[in-house]
Amino acid sequence: MSGTPVDGQPDQSGERWPLHFLLNGRRVDVWAAPHETLLAVLRDALGATEVKYGCGEGVCGTCTVLLDGAPVNACLLLGVQAQGRTVTTVKGLPNQDGLHPLQRAFVQHEAAQCGFCTPGMLLVAHAFVRDHPSATREQIRAAVAGNLCRCTGYTRIVDAVEAYARAGNPTSNRGGRDGG
Amino acid sequence: MAGEHPGSTPPLLAYRVIGRPLQRYDVLDKVQGTTRYAGDWQLPGMLTGRILRSIYPSARILRIDVSRARALPGVAAVLTADDVPANALHEDATGFNLAPFATPILAVNRVCYQGEPVALVAAESEAAARAAVEAIEVHYEPLDAVVNVETALRPDAPRVHAERENLLIHWKLRTGSVEQSLRQADIVIERTYRTQRVDHAYLEPEAGVAWVDADGVVNVRSATQVIEHFRTLAEMLCLPHNRVRVIAPFLGGGFGGKEDMTVEPHVALLAWKTRRPVRMVWSRQESLLARPKRHPFVMRYKTGAARDGRLLAQEITVLADAGPYPLLSPRVLFAALVAGAGPYRIPNVSVDAMAVFTNNVPASAMRGFGAMQVTFAYESQMDLVAEQLHMSPLEVRARNFLQKGDRLPTGEKVETAVALPALARHALDALGERSCPTTRTARVGRGFACNLQPYGRTVWFRDHASAWIGFETDGSLVLRSGVTDLGGGQAASLAQIAAEILGVSLERVVVHFGDSALTPLAGGTFATRQLYMSGNAVLKAAQELRALMAPVGAALLEAGPADVQFADDYVSVIGSPQRKVALAQVVVECGHRGIPTAHLSVFRGEQAPPVDLETGQGKTFPDYTFGCHATEVEVDTETGIVKLLKYVACHDVGRAINPQSVEGQIQGGAVMGIGQALMEDIVLEGGNNLSTLFASYLIPTALDVPDIRAVAVESGEGKGPFGARGIGEPPTGPPPAAIASAIQDAVGVRLYELPMTPERVLQGLAGTGPPEG
Repeated sequence: MSGTPVDGQPDQSGERWPLHFLLNGRRVDVWAAPHETLLAVLRDALGATEVKYGCGEGVCGTCTVLLDGAPVNACLLLGVQAQGRTVTTVKGLPNQDGLHPLQRAFVQHEAAQCGFCTPGMLLVAHAFVRDHPSATREQIRAAVAGNLCRCTGYTRIVDAVEAYARAGNPTSNRGGRDGG
Repeated sequence: MAGEHPGSTPPLLAYRVIGRPLQRYDVLDKVQGTTRYAGDWQLPGMLTGRILRSIYPSARILRIDVSRARALPGVAAVLTADDVPANALHEDATGFNLAPFATPILAVNRVCYQGEPVALVAAESEAAARAAVEAIEVHYEPLDAVVNVETALRPDAPRVHAERENLLIHWKLRTGSVEQSLRQADIVIERTYRTQRVDHAYLEPEAGVAWVDADGVVNVRSATQVIEHFRTLAEMLCLPHNRVRVIAPFLGGGFGGKEDMTVEPHVALLAWKTRRPVRMVWSRQESLLARPKRHPFVMRYKTGAARDGRLLAQEITVLADAGPYPLLSPRVLFAALVAGAGPYRIPNVSVDAMAVFTNNVPASAMRGFGAMQVTFAYESQMDLVAEQLHMSPLEVRARNFLQKGDRLPTGEKVETAVALPALARHALDALGERSCPTTRTARVGRGFACNLQPYGRTVWFRDHASAWIGFETDGSLVLRSGVTDLGGGQAASLAQIAAEILGVSLERVVVHFGDSALTPLAGGTFATRQLYMSGNAVLKAAQELRALMAPVGAALLEAGPADVQFADDYVSVIGSPQRKVALAQVVVECGHRGIPTAHLSVFRGEQAPPVDLETGQGKTFPDYTFGCHATEVEVDTETGIVKLLKYVACHDVGRAINPQSVEGQIQGGAVMGIGQALMEDIVLEGGNNLSTLFASYLIPTALDVPDIRAVAVESGEGKGPFGARGIGEPPTGPPPAAIASAIQDAVGVRLYELPMTPERVLQGLAGTGPPEG
């Protein structure tokens, strides 16, 4: 539409500027207006619909992504703030056989119902367990308290994260207790 | 006339798929972020739709000028009421013309609540759409707003609709002689209870995309619980019903809030007018502002009991704030009428359940649907009876629990097991040892509450659901059902039922669901009806298909049709599992012999004529689910903060098709009820909504609730497939009463109004309020 984004030059309209970052390990180049949120850039410009809009106020955590490995609300960040950085969505979780062990734990514990909060929840839990591998159940509760879920009542989410943390080995495929 | 009962099912021990905590295929997609929700859909040339909403709760529209908006760059359409081919939804939620009403899709001359849609815009970008909405000029003359449900019924009250009184519906139930029994009762407890306005707060805001396809069919792919809205949309567009198609992808939660239409009429109109795809996603703030909420109830209860704890009579008045349009209010109030006396045997009951028009934000369906709010009242009354008679709360309840064969106040018999004594025992036992207070100012208390919740539609709606099952020639199975999947595993549980009966491994079943053009209609996902209705439809279709194909499999095995079983992707001879033939081969052989390998079935639910309007006597709902929740709380006497230490939710689910999904429903429903008990509140002032941010409308976080211990009791008696009962709505009911009881136990303060905030607890402790009956 407006050609390939080139660093430092706006597009023909003069409203959008080139933006590049690593999205799930791959460099992406897009045009973005300075006022556009990272959420809008990800969903609308890059088609990363696994990042969900839930409130736009930074309250529900549904739009959580990892920015240089740390969880952030993509609705509160401007796209330009991701310039040259690393953005990870749920599709960027490292996996074997298609699933990260934390994802596997969520499936085994049925920690998702409607699944709308799940991508954000997974990213927050992943970052937290990475930094706090021996977290207690209460600490896990506190860690995911910034991400709202209306379906599960949280018990199974905490179960899944705890089982994943207990498994101790982030590359292990064994995340859960029961399940099928 | 009773509904259908599908043929006998194999004994429990024989189940291979039913009753097992199997992985849900949709959850596998959801954890990978690949599920395409309504708002994730993209089409070439798609426009963005937006709504201009009323800023006043009540006003006359003097003039709307859209010329400036239409002239803006990038604007494809600006529509007002004049542009809607048939601008009225003709509704009658009672099913027999008791409360007919024509609800406008876009406001005509008058707005009746803050946030009511006035005009629609479709534009090339979100920014252009916003600019166009702002450029529409509406000249209003503000009018007095009717905002108080109690004063709205006074004869001199201003009317919400000039041509109609403010009383929307008044259901009556009369059995026995209440007045006389109350006079003769040893004790009479009379109290007023108030529940607040609550939002569904699903994480996925309302969203949808519409387009007109090459055949001229208007397609709407939206987050809806009810694909049958295609008919209403067709009538709005003055098109034949078969020219509109509604597709429901997986929803990001529904809870009743996507039962009425949301974006559907708006995107359909915009796509129809522009002939281009249009997407509309409501902001969270729009959703909180203007979506219908759970009805606030004012409930007056007068309960008479004998000295030995027997309940003699109950007189109940329920007033509900409907907002300005009927939506599903008449049905919500009917559920309150039927469930108002709770799961107890009471010989003399009168109930008056009324919904009242106001200029507040509309109220309609929400999980629990009228039977939820009354639980707070009838269970608090039980505690008060126990207190006054110096009996234990359990003893009083146990003396009055309904039993199978007893009659509800409607006169209808309870047709399935009532496991309440066991449920209460399980719930209370699971609390374990009493906790010690964690601080000097904290007090620990315990409470519990029981409930009943109907599942299935009111019987005079003559409910039915269809399902289609077909084999492919490789032995894989296709299931088509018009069910919508809100996240509760509706589609996955149907796959489990089909896999069980037809012996196909679960991963070889594909479910196509929620498409009014391509899947047989199943009715919406509401009223805790889908497992009962579509579960039975799938069970029936699978059983009938098996009966068609069994003789062919048997012939290949040189056995009798009664001697073969379908299991593990084979048909085999019972008792000689090595004599087997692959299902794929049976399918091919059926083709050779002209035997169908696909089958459509219709399941009809309980059917009966409407109740008597003066007495409420008659059959009402197909069946009921019973439950008991118990909790231990810690109340800080200095701050009034109530912290839940333990929570147990126990329900008789009849049969758990997927135990993990059942527990998930119970846990999530309980937390929704806990949110209503302690924190959630849509606050209106003069009809103006003050809770339009997620930062001000608080739902429970992971730190606000403890682990929810879900206990699913399986009585084997329910009217769903394999004896299952509905479990979607029932767990929302007991939390407010159980927590109120626990607060009373902890600090001696009983609250009669929700939510039970620290302020209200402190007022109670100080003896300065809160008001009571």
